[in-house]
Amino acid sequence: MKILGIESSCDETAAAVVCDGRKVLSNEISTQIPIHTLYGGVVPEIASRKHVERITQVVDLALRKADVSQKEIDAVAVTYGPGLVGPLLVGVSFAKAFAYANGKPLIGINHISGHISANYIASPELKPPFLCLVVSGGHTHLARVKDYGVYEVLGRTVDDAAGEAFDKVARAIGLGYPGGPKIEKAAREGDKDAIDFPQAKVADHPYDFSFSGLKSAVLNYLNHQKMSGEGISRNDVAASFQKAVVEALTGHVSMALEEFGEKKFALAGGVASNGALREAVRKACEEHGVSFYCPDPILCTDNGAMIAAAGYHEYLKGTRSGLDLNAIPSLSL
Amino acid sequence: MRILGIDSSGLVASVAVIDDDVLLGEFTTDYRKTHSTTLMPMLDQLIQMLGIPLSSIDAIAVAAGPGSFTGLRIGAATVKGLAYALSIPVIAVPTVDAIAYNLYGSRRLICPLMDARRQQAYSGLYRFSETNKFIVRKEQTPESIADIIERINIEDLPVTFLGDGVPVFKDFIEKNTTVDYDFAPAFCNRQRAGAVASLGRLYFNKEFYTSAEEFRPVYLRKSQAEREAEERKKAGSGAGGYNA
Repeated sequence: MKILGIESSCDETAAAVVCDGRKVLSNEISTQIPIHTLYGGVVPEIASRKHVERITQVVDLALRKADVSQKEIDAVAVTYGPGLVGPLLVGVSFAKAFAYANGKPLIGINHISGHISANYIASPELKPPFLCLVVSGGHTHLARVKDYGVYEVLGRTVDDAAGEAFDKVARAIGLGYPGGPKIEKAAREGDKDAIDFPQAKVADHPYDFSFSGLKSAVLNYLNHQKMSGEGISRNDVAASFQKAVVEALTGHVSMALEEFGEKKFALAGGVASNGALREAVRKACEEHGVSFYCPDPILCTDNGAMIAAAGYHEYLKGTRSGLDLNAIPSLSL
Repeated sequence: MRILGIDSSGLVASVAVIDDDVLLGEFTTDYRKTHSTTLMPMLDQLIQMLGIPLSSIDAIAVAAGPGSFTGLRIGAATVKGLAYALSIPVIAVPTVDAIAYNLYGSRRLICPLMDARRQQAYSGLYRFSETNKFIVRKEQTPESIADIIERINIEDLPVTFLGDGVPVFKDFIEKNTTVDYDFAPAFCNRQRAGAVASLGRLYFNKEFYTSAEEFRPVYLRKSQAEREAEERKKAGSGAGGYNA
């Protein structure tokens, strides 16, 4: 069964064809990062305009590279939230019209569920149940995956997403956008124990995350150094900040592994590309005798294949969306 | 030739199918619902009611802009999905032109007003010749209502106002217009896909059309971020010494 997956929730226009939810026939991503870099972050109106300009070409490329005709597609899956409403509406509107004109079923997909489903592509043997940490520019979720598309959210961020903290700190130390890869690169040259940044705990909700305190601590540190005339080492700040984020995330992972005794753990989302995080979570899993799963970076970033993979399992469950499918920017997992 | 017309540029959502000189059907709503939930169901109901296969559509005419950025994009992405799937051309019809075209045969000047916020309207000036040729006297553009009315007063010809900007600027119009003016009635004073499709047919005959890939909405305004960046550039050029 071949599913066309369409994703446009932020700054990547993406489409893919995936066979049986596991095998990627094509995975086209048109990124807008160079445009948004000029503004230091994603500008929703510009992102929306670029999606409109690119969506047809990206879908067409995905079909061509997969060597699949429109008629051979069995269903169309599309991200309808969470994300930026303008960008989401482009993918949703296109997908509805395309599915309708081809007489194909339409399936609205939760973006976070898509990230988690990238693991089914990367690890064909992986089946629920397992534990999963989704970390990206907009999301930080620790969840139990009880079945395909069935989640119990253990914790989420109460303020900034982990990736958002990366972006803000990168901007503050002059590394620019996107923050994730730039911090990671700088951190490799820095001393992660140079500065002791605090990790916030969320009272009464041990699995929730908070990153705004850490971000403020970094900003305060930068300010203090400036006021006292002392310089900063960008690399040390990057390394110490990254260590604090990774420890906060990994601490929650270890706690969940102990409490729930799942034998499998998966990482997902754009920040899952971060080498330090991958290694720390892998180690935590090893210590608990738990199998560790994580997609390649190309499947961690926003992409259509993960949406098609999630769409496959929804299709099997009978999930169908109507022509009134709307974008829901704050859709929860 | 069968043309599907679509307009989601403003508060109105409208779809229509014309077959040469016949309007087979039109579905227009103007009742505060988001286009993303109405446009496709309206199209589906229209096509079902007509009992025609979607594949019998030869081209899609769309109100390409200006208008609400989000509304234009919902229309554009919908049209792209349809036109790509059906392998048919897209006819980009200027939104303000299509609103004016509602008043076919009028002997007065036609001045559509779309509320563009910030005390501006997307407007243009149109008339029909003695032989009912559609004449664009002033191309659609965002302008202050004061400038629009001043130009009309200078034209010194009777004028009909229409569009969703009328209720917004009615007081100003009534106070400042010195020529004979009136307001178009309910059935023809807003966006209508039938007009978009009819005007689209004229454009198509002049081979003025594009593809699903190439079609882009006509916003007539840059995004706020781009405008601010340009202003900063203007203000900041020559300041020098800035070091990131």
